[in-house]
Amino acid sequence: MTPAVAFQKTSRHFGAVRAVDAVDLEIKPGEFFAMLGPSGSGKTTCLRLIAGFEQPTAGSISIFGERAEGVPPYRRNVNTVFQDYALFPHLNVLDNVAYGLMVKGVSRDERHRAAEDALKLVQLPGYGGRKPGQLSGGQRQRVALARALVNKPKVLLLDEPLGALDLKLRESMQEELKQLQKALGITFVFVTHDQGEALSMADRVAVFNDGRIMQVGAPEDIYQRPASRFVADFVGSSNVLPPDFVQRYAGERRWGSLRPEQIRIRRDTSGDGVAARVVSRHYLGAATKLSLDADGLRLHATVPSGAAIPEDGAHVMLTFNRDQLHLMEEQA
Amino acid sequence: MRSDRSQSAPLGIKIAAAVGLAFLHLPILLIFVYAFTTEEKSYQWPPPGLTTQWFAATWARPDVWQALGLSVQVAAISTAIALVLGTLCAAAVSQTRFFGREAISLLVILPIALPGIITGIALRSAFSLAEIPFSFWTIVLGHATFCVVVVYNNAVARFRRTSGSLIEASMDLGADGFQTFRHVILPNIGTALLAGGMLAFALSFDEVIVTTFTAGQQQTLPIWMLEELVRPRQRPVTNVVAMVVVLATLLPILAAYYLTREGDQIAGAGK
Repeated sequence: MTPAVAFQKTSRHFGAVRAVDAVDLEIKPGEFFAMLGPSGSGKTTCLRLIAGFEQPTAGSISIFGERAEGVPPYRRNVNTVFQDYALFPHLNVLDNVAYGLMVKGVSRDERHRAAEDALKLVQLPGYGGRKPGQLSGGQRQRVALARALVNKPKVLLLDEPLGALDLKLRESMQEELKQLQKALGITFVFVTHDQGEALSMADRVAVFNDGRIMQVGAPEDIYQRPASRFVADFVGSSNVLPPDFVQRYAGERRWGSLRPEQIRIRRDTSGDGVAARVVSRHYLGAATKLSLDADGLRLHATVPSGAAIPEDGAHVMLTFNRDQLHLMEEQA
Repeated sequence: MRSDRSQSAPLGIKIAAAVGLAFLHLPILLIFVYAFTTEEKSYQWPPPGLTTQWFAATWARPDVWQALGLSVQVAAISTAIALVLGTLCAAAVSQTRFFGREAISLLVILPIALPGIITGIALRSAFSLAEIPFSFWTIVLGHATFCVVVVYNNAVARFRRTSGSLIEASMDLGADGFQTFRHVILPNIGTALLAGGMLAFALSFDEVIVTTFTAGQQQTLPIWMLEELVRPRQRPVTNVVAMVVVLATLLPILAAYYLTREGDQIAGAGK
């Protein structure tokens, strides 16, 4: 199957800055794909390479099998929902949505009908006559979405689309985006620095750092089996264990990650285990999260509610199953 | 603190403000009054009598019409040149980053910061050096130097407030460069250009110093007025012309002021 988007050794350098550095990537048709990483990790540049706002300095990009290098943004069947929405302030909502059809020469009646349909799709029917300045942040976002979708793109790019919304609105938009993507079957490529958002929405996630992809995989893979120390640190709430520690308890001199709920806590300090001291406790409702100090190494463990919770400063023994310790590389 | 504003100002300040305004505007009123005087050789106060005959006299003078025609043409063409160059320059400076960007901004503004006489001398020696004969076009070039500044300043301010992603959004939705300019850039900077253009027109229309250095035999309206004041013949005609010039430049400047003020609100609503 032809990938929706394929990067082959694609680089985008700005002078000495390697914003995107020899990235290989394949996004499948109909996939909800998230690009996750800290700011400056190259994820947004990757999105702009797909949109055509940037051209690769080396390597190639293809969109549904067609080479995209040198193709300007207006000749790509790809549309973008911008981070600041970028609605045209001088046009009303209907003309904003109809803009793509207008420049393609679609007649006024036809493009207004299509725009009205797109507004219905994002649950803003009847808002066509308003100016973007009269809308709330969430409504502007829906208009931006309708404006992109009305062109029936093969790939929809979303640049931190939920970044400017408050928490409640974010959650309902996450749900809605996911359903919309399923219903339309369009490939969504989605940039975010929020790991929760990436893991909950995407079919697959690429984790970026320093212009490179650290790991690509399903959310469960990324969460449970991080390929490197960076991924474990950035994505999860997992404990990242240095090679010295792992060698002592698991025999292998590699980095390891251990999920907080997989650590068992024993009050009796005799016998095997990792000696630790309780630093602080955070009540989370369904569980209590303990911060522990194991000979200078900071660890987190969760204790389900109902179980006995050691007090601050208590000396405890920590144990875990050897096979739950996930081994990984320092670098991907 | 805020309530201080609504309280009325002390009497001393009120008087000072009134004196200041009178100092600024009474001389202009005098010009208007002298346009109606019956005395034509010297400016005698109070005017011995009032008449409207000078309006007819002005209407009948071909030299007034010639000067007016030249001034309008020069102002129109300089403004047109300034609109194109100023907009392009503003677009380059605000949309892209390149080495020496700030320097270019300063260089564009410099002609209006420098005394007009420097610009005039510089242009005159440059034209002589290049052996360009003084003509209508040398006046236009001279005026364009400061008209560009006004347009540039207006356009660059608007460009800064226009989000760069609007252009990307337009391209993303399938519009090429020309369509983007027509459907997105122009509607967003339109009022700023109109305001800049009007100010440029008004500036060019009453320019004396640069014109003296760059004109050949031609007389623009302000130059004509200067010459008229030296010769005591039908002096009130000059005042009639002055009145017309005041109105002709005041109206565009007021319009420009209102247009840019409204533009602020439009641009502010976008974000």
